[in-house]
Amino acid sequence: MEPLLRIRDLHRTYGDLRALEALDFELHRSEVLGLLGPNGAGKSTTMRIISGALAPSAGAVEIDGIDLLRHPIAAKARLGYLPETPPLYPDLTVDEYLDYAARLRGLRGAALGRARARARERCGLTHSGRRLIANLSKGYKQRVGIAQAIIHDPKVVILDEPTGGLDPNQIQEIRTLIRALGEERGVLLSTHILPEVEMLCGRALILHQGRLVHEQPLDAAPPGNRLALRLGQPPDPTELAGIAGVTRVEAGDGKHLVLHLSDGTDPSGIADHCVAKGWRLLEMSPVGDRLEQLFSRITLGESAP
Amino acid sequence: MILSIARRELRALFHSPLVWVLAGVLQLLGAWLFLVQLEEYLQVQSRLATLENPPGVTDLVLTPLLEALAGLALLVVPLLTMRTLSEEFRDGTIDLLLSSPLRMGQIVLGKYLALLSLLSLLCLLLALMPLSLLLGGEIDTGRLASGLLGLLLLLGCCAGIGIYLSSLTRQPAVAAISTYGALLFLWIVNLAGGEGGGPLFDWLSLSSHYRRLLDGLVFSSDIAYYLLVTGVSLTLAGRRLESRRLQG
Repeated sequence: MEPLLRIRDLHRTYGDLRALEALDFELHRSEVLGLLGPNGAGKSTTMRIISGALAPSAGAVEIDGIDLLRHPIAAKARLGYLPETPPLYPDLTVDEYLDYAARLRGLRGAALGRARARARERCGLTHSGRRLIANLSKGYKQRVGIAQAIIHDPKVVILDEPTGGLDPNQIQEIRTLIRALGEERGVLLSTHILPEVEMLCGRALILHQGRLVHEQPLDAAPPGNRLALRLGQPPDPTELAGIAGVTRVEAGDGKHLVLHLSDGTDPSGIADHCVAKGWRLLEMSPVGDRLEQLFSRITLGESAP
Repeated sequence: MILSIARRELRALFHSPLVWVLAGVLQLLGAWLFLVQLEEYLQVQSRLATLENPPGVTDLVLTPLLEALAGLALLVVPLLTMRTLSEEFRDGTIDLLLSSPLRMGQIVLGKYLALLSLLSLLCLLLALMPLSLLLGGEIDTGRLASGLLGLLLLLGCCAGIGIYLSSLTRQPAVAAISTYGALLFLWIVNLAGGEGGGPLFDWLSLSSHYRRLLDGLVFSSDIAYYLLVTGVSLTLAGRRLESRRLQG
């Protein structure tokens, strides 16, 4: 299948500083792709280049098969972009602003009204149409920013740190929205919140110093193959090691234990076993996430524990 | 597209108190000048009647008024143009325009159109004063029209220069100051070159072309000068938007 977004050999330098080097990746339909990296890794540069706000030093960007550099108008019509700071005009109301954004994307008349209503509904702005953007809270501003990016129903949506600076409830809402967007479009998401990537993205790219250092499919991998247990009456560790699927047992301070599981082992089976044996299972949780270990290993040069 | 941008720009202008205050102050100063000129005219009117070919009210009231208004315009235009692009750069709202399917020229033209409509409106308001003389006397409407055309061309030209200078910086204040500098320089550049001025400096100057229009002389070369300066400024502003993408 033709990818919605194809980045080939993308380079960008700021004077002597190499912000991006030889970046290659693709984004497909119905995919949420996470772009990860420490600050200054080149995430925002990549997104700004894809949005057309920045020109690459070398390389090509294709949106839905259209070359962004050669046919910017046609390519940008298929794109929605939320920069790190939402590009909002404080002196407009939400409706005025969304109308303006829709007109810039070529929507007119009845189609414009429908698009505005749909974007407002999707972003939870149904009752905020007549409020002035200057008076909105940060979470609402972010929603307006996202509504602006999706109002023309683009095939590719680029969101630069969409949950930055929001409270936990707002983060949840935005995540739900992103997940819904990813069902029918290609969404490229940058963030430095790793659990967010694991929750939302099917695939993650890790950028470090302008280079793509890792590409990892996430939905295929289980959330982790180590399990932390807290037992009220722990048995001898060897007895735990005997459970089917357990490859190794790390004994903690008596009640705390970490089990290493073989691939494909269902943690609920372990729980059943503990309960059946009367070990008084108090807590059970997957240990560390792979992405976090991977991330620090790659970006700090640390070895995995 | 261009109209959508112009509409938002106008809305932003009218939402800020700046435009209202400017319009009020301009009208007040214009009215004061107008009345002062008119009073002077009334004082000398009896003596003028003895002359064989006396200068009329157009010469003694309207031309000086329009000349003074041009000076005021030089003070007003930079304040209106300073935020056009620099504020978009500063607030990051330019990203909305850049990620939309627009040509750079459309962005610049939209902004220019908004300013031009605002300035025409101000011109119209100021033109009402000299037109009120029609109630009780006769004025040379042809000459008034030529003068107003000159004022409008001048304002449009200043707006073009202001937009270009606004595209060079993220700070509206810097844009305003450099626009003041550029406009005043172009206004007085014909003072150089000794008595009568060199032909080049004379041609470069905003004021020498304006003066001819005030005298009722509509030369296509003067109109071409204003249109040329405006066109070059706007083209440069468009190029500047393009090159910002390269510089980051």
